[in-house]
Amino acid sequence: MYHNAKELLALIGDSGKSIADIVIENEMEISEMSREAIMDELQRRYDIMYKACHDGLETAVTSISGLTGGTGKQMWDFIKSGKGIQDLTTQKGIAYALSCSEVNASMGLIVAAPTAGACGILPGTLICVAEKLNSEKEDILKALATAAGVGQIITKNATVSGAEGGCQAECGAAASMAAAAITQLCGGSPEQCFEAAAIAMKNVMGLVCDPVAGLVEMPCTKRNASGVTNAILCCDLAMAGITSHIPFDEVVDAMFRVGKALPSTLRETALGGIAVTPTGIALKEKIFGGGGCSGNCASCGACK
Amino acid sequence: MNISMFDILGPVMIGPSSSHTAGAQRIGKAMYMICGKEEVKKVTFHLHGSFSHTLSGHGTDRALVAGLMGMDASDARIRNSLEIAREKGMEITFIPDDLGDVHPNTVKVLVVTKSGKEFSMIGSSVGGGEVEIVEINGTKAKSSGKYPSIIVTHIDRLGVISKISSILAHNEVNIVTMSNSREKKAGMATTMVETDHAIPLSVKEELEELDYIKQVVLVEKFA
Repeated sequence: MYHNAKELLALIGDSGKSIADIVIENEMEISEMSREAIMDELQRRYDIMYKACHDGLETAVTSISGLTGGTGKQMWDFIKSGKGIQDLTTQKGIAYALSCSEVNASMGLIVAAPTAGACGILPGTLICVAEKLNSEKEDILKALATAAGVGQIITKNATVSGAEGGCQAECGAAASMAAAAITQLCGGSPEQCFEAAAIAMKNVMGLVCDPVAGLVEMPCTKRNASGVTNAILCCDLAMAGITSHIPFDEVVDAMFRVGKALPSTLRETALGGIAVTPTGIALKEKIFGGGGCSGNCASCGACK
Repeated sequence: MNISMFDILGPVMIGPSSSHTAGAQRIGKAMYMICGKEEVKKVTFHLHGSFSHTLSGHGTDRALVAGLMGMDASDARIRNSLEIAREKGMEITFIPDDLGDVHPNTVKVLVVTKSGKEFSMIGSSVGGGEVEIVEINGTKAKSSGKYPSIIVTHIDRLGVISKISSILAHNEVNIVTMSNSREKKAGMATTMVETDHAIPLSVKEELEELDYIKQVVLVEKFA
């Protein structure tokens, strides 16, 4: 039984098992599913992730508000031009994350990982790295299981709700999960996976949730792209043997306390950050009219 | 670890927000189960915190109503649920409200069913599509919807709770959690039990025959 990274690593001990092995064994116990059924369900969810990461590449996908869209296709076209600075793997991961995030904003079908707002980071990162490494299907699914294990620990000991912990709790958690997943895929040890996860979370500690007009679009779509580069960065750091110094469990605890210290204006209420910039408010009025939000609230200032 | 990996890599859902769309759908679905899947004639949603600030932008309104009609998080009809509900003649009202010291994403749902039964519920969307039902019919509750449950409204009398648990045991239904509260000593009380197994209708019928028991509601798992 594990509640945190320390306990999970203790369970692994010198058994040679991966984080994924322990997470899957735990799942067999708590959900009474067979290993095969668990792997099948992981495959089903991976297929939905894969589709969402590709639907917005060749075709521009627009959000239901009409406010944003088409960036997945823009990035994909740019990759084809061969002019980018980052390596092809990271560029593709960014395009996948943008596509997935835009499919979400269009009320399309996605897998929350751990949330819908951050749904592009894990699949975007995992798919581009798996392509680079030419990974086996089984290894990709096990990387997903490792990501789930990291997400379990964050959910158990902190939160993955933007309304409770800000964007660090959503995009931070997703980047931590993705970093651990690809570190495992690259052959990193369970300890290295948690180092990568810890650094990824530290990199966005304090990140606020400030969606323009309260929609999962601005800045969410681009923060999904940013989450991919964060995860890939931390995988490289961990694989180079660089450590976090602050253990993952302590970073998670710190993130939770930072989240609690954030004023509610910076936790998904659309009452702070870029949401209340002149342009942010103007965009909100464009969508909902001068009356501000549909809930007729008087507190955001947009209706004044 | 008692959190399923499929709660982390999930839900599989129609976007755009796990807490404001999928979580809202699940809260609506909770009420659908509390109503015994009966069609709803009239519903009022009292929206607290960010639920009221970002209502239609996240499809929270559509998702709540979709859940109330029994739709799942991955059901593409969520996009048109308000139109579907109005075609069925459902009266829907959304009211921004302050529900006090509750989770930032909380909603109070009041319904009247087609047959005239009234139910109320307060539910919070706690992140990643997970929900917690904190009050049912005015009584404190604690349900994530992952288990079937039974809600018994009864008069506070010695032995009623033991009767409930023994009837469940006789029907081979194992108890996961149990919570109860009362208005005042010897007044109205509510006992809520979450179980491992589906609760057969005969349990409800057996309980309803007992003295002091006023109402029994079976709630299928909704998450």
